[in-house]
Amino acid sequence: MKNRLKVLRAERNWSQQDLADRLEVSRQSVNAIETGRYDPSLPLAFKIADIFGLAIEAIFTNPRLENDQ
Amino acid sequence: MKANRAQKRYNRDVLILMTGYVIALTSVVTYARGHGPLRGAEGAVLALLPALPIIGVFGVMARYLIEESDEYVRSRFVQQALIATGLTLSVCTAWGFLENFGVAPHVYAYYAAILWFGAQGLVALYSCLARLLGRGGAA
Repeated sequence: MKNRLKVLRAERNWSQQDLADRLEVSRQSVNAIETGRYDPSLPLAFKIADIFGLAIEAIFTNPRLENDQ
Repeated sequence: MKANRAQKRYNRDVLILMTGYVIALTSVVTYARGHGPLRGAEGAVLALLPALPIIGVFGVMARYLIEESDEYVRSRFVQQALIATGLTLSVCTAWGFLENFGVAPHVYAYYAAILWFGAQGLVALYSCLARLLGRGGAA
């Protein structure tokens, strides 16, 4: 699933480890989500959204709409 | 990668159980050499002693899966275990028929556990290399 994690992280000058620490997950998890290799569960997606102060759909692209973008 | 609480507990318990396995195996082998082949109920109990720590490792793995809070790490562990299980069952099934038709020698059943651990290690290694080379990796 495409997402804006890398951009949002860069805007805040956070490393993957910084975000991982905030999410209480491993850096590998952040990397896997960021590169689209792993789709987070709904609770983790909400946690990510909370940390960036955004709605989930402002971070993750609806897979149904991915081809339109 | 910094180990979390569940991973530290898993590593510690596997190390303890493997130490127990080495001690149990060497003790039973030494006993059998000194007293002759194991027989009867007492022999069966002694013969089972080295199996107990290995069975314990499977229990530790199950507990780790429950305790691991990182969902991505947990899903990778499950994928690796599933691939290792598929490989092990395939090899054991094929070997069973080969043995059944007399074209392969008999192999002790406990080698299935060794094969499973080996397969899991290889899948983890492949996954790690695939990630380093930027190919994603299945598990």
